[in-house]
Amino acid sequence: MMHQARLGPAIRCRDLHKQYKTRNGSVRAVNGLDLEVRPGECFGLLGPNGAGKTTTIEILEGLLDASSGDVEILGMRWGEHDDELRQRIGISLQETRFAEKLSVIETLVLFRSFYRAGNDPADVMKELGLGEKAKSWVGKLSGGQRQRLAVACALVGDPELLFLDEPTTGLDPQSRRHLWDTIRRLGEQGRTILLTTHYMDEAERLCHRVAVVDHGEVIALGSPAELIAGLGGEHVVEFALADGSGIAEEELASLPAVLEVRKEAAGMALTVTEPHVAIPALLQKVQHEGLDLARLITRHASLEDVFVRLTGRRLRDEEISSAE
Amino acid sequence: MKKYHPLNELLLARVREFVREPEALFWVYGFPLLLAVGLGIAFRNQPAEKIYVDVEQSGTAATIAQVLRRSPGMVVEIHAADECRNRLRLGKSSLVVRSDGATTFLFDPTRSESVLARQRVDDLLQRAAGRHDPIATRDEHLTEPGARYIDFLVPGLLGMNLMGSGMWGVGFVIVDMRVRKLLKRFVATPMKRADFLWSMMGSRLVFMIPELVVVLGAGALFFGIMIKGNLFAILALGFLGAVSFSGLGLLVASRAQRIETVSGLMNLVQLPMWLLSGIFFSADRFPAALQPFIQSLPLTQLNNALRAVILEGASLQSQALGLAILAAWGCVSFACALRWFRWSS
Repeated sequence: MMHQARLGPAIRCRDLHKQYKTRNGSVRAVNGLDLEVRPGECFGLLGPNGAGKTTTIEILEGLLDASSGDVEILGMRWGEHDDELRQRIGISLQETRFAEKLSVIETLVLFRSFYRAGNDPADVMKELGLGEKAKSWVGKLSGGQRQRLAVACALVGDPELLFLDEPTTGLDPQSRRHLWDTIRRLGEQGRTILLTTHYMDEAERLCHRVAVVDHGEVIALGSPAELIAGLGGEHVVEFALADGSGIAEEELASLPAVLEVRKEAAGMALTVTEPHVAIPALLQKVQHEGLDLARLITRHASLEDVFVRLTGRRLRDEEISSAE
Repeated sequence: MKKYHPLNELLLARVREFVREPEALFWVYGFPLLLAVGLGIAFRNQPAEKIYVDVEQSGTAATIAQVLRRSPGMVVEIHAADECRNRLRLGKSSLVVRSDGATTFLFDPTRSESVLARQRVDDLLQRAAGRHDPIATRDEHLTEPGARYIDFLVPGLLGMNLMGSGMWGVGFVIVDMRVRKLLKRFVATPMKRADFLWSMMGSRLVFMIPELVVVLGAGALFFGIMIKGNLFAILALGFLGAVSFSGLGLLVASRAQRIETVSGLMNLVQLPMWLLSGIFFSADRFPAALQPFIQSLPLTQLNNALRAVILEGASLQSQALGLAILAAWGCVSFACALRWFRWSS
């Protein structure tokens, strides 16, 4: 079903705060977050684990109460129009383990039964490429298939607003691409989508606009192209020397077309406006000083570079240390 | 467009999950059956014991042995004096008869079978020697179904099973769903929470019927238990028991976030009832001071009512007070569970 674009934002929240009490004091998971998602757009909350993405999306989904702040979903509020809202939104949580001994179609029919109106579960199943697995028990599905089932369960109510929390985390590259295609198709049907991710490539490929979130705040907002353009240069040149040493940052910064220099774990990264100007200059410098180049890579700047520029950290650094 | 009924679908999902889980099937249907069979065999009413008597070698030994052997149930052997002593000491015989002019009985008075043997042998010898009993007596044997241990046991096992499967069947499943974040996923849909809780109770009622049939059927088939009560009355008791204990299961599971927590709580709640509520032996054997507590337990009342209805054919009305106590447990637990229930983590 095609969805009519509505007037006014699909999601609006202002000055959102959420504090958790812990054993040693309290943690501010969300710290004054503002957001406005337009109808029909695919909007991404991008940030490292622990940035407050899941807390934020769960408040917007009405599953968690905010400590303070104002939330409006499809022009309605949680606590006033809960049933109406639940009928019109679809949710895929970060991790749901569906009943192992129910089949795919049984699970979808169960979820479909909760909605007044919606899609035929068999159609949704086919749309998500689960048709062959209709009668398989959920316990027998692969990670990618389970994730597609989670999205399918969010779709059986034919929602105009879809929340996807880390939809592709833990999937292999092929399953991720498959799910990306699906999500893009859902967006083309006119649905509004809010997704969270800590994969910059996912945000770049899927989202019309992205809010970069760190420590419970939005630190940058715009389309992926805008955010990358904000770096000044759209290209990054990375290099490393054989002996592991470097070249002084001031010297690199003085090379033509170089906007910014930063040290990385293995080598140096330069943000440049024109690689064909910067690279020859860099090579000349290496030769002039008699250094031995071990690696030279040039690539388009990504949201990852935006995040590093904003925070001095990489998106995935915190993956091991803190689970959200 | 096809109509979907959320309550039906939830109920169907519960039933499907249950019958696809062999372990759950065993604990609900197989285990009580094994328990009934095992206990039934252990405590079966055995035929009267044989009486083992030795006679010391002497001139009259053969005559005495002949007299005694005429009585059924007597196993008589003749041995030398030393051998007789030895056999008595080892428990191979219960009594030694010595006949050397006078007749002497050798036995251990602390062994009841020896005391019994002495009595019987004395009677037989006296009568053979010409004693005449002044009054004629007649024996009437009373081992009819209804008064045996197995008759007492089966309704108790049924009650225990209704408690166990009611509490585990609801409590365990709910905490498992909470751990899986499935409860949270459900409340993220327009599902009515009452529908969900009703489906839990409803599934218990569905599973309760085969439980009744299996336990009572096995009792009737293997042990010849006579079901005197009205079948609808028994079904009504099963219904009330299942509802009350699933309410209690719901309460125990209302906040627990881990399987270990709910398992511990479940055992804590069930343990006093296993011990005190008259499953394996009558609750009346406990001291009077404990009785008010014991009688207030839901399983005590369920077991009392099941025994009265199944074994004595009592009416439901005659069990009204007990059933009211049972129902009160169910209602209060359900109400508290609704209040405290943790849907999302």
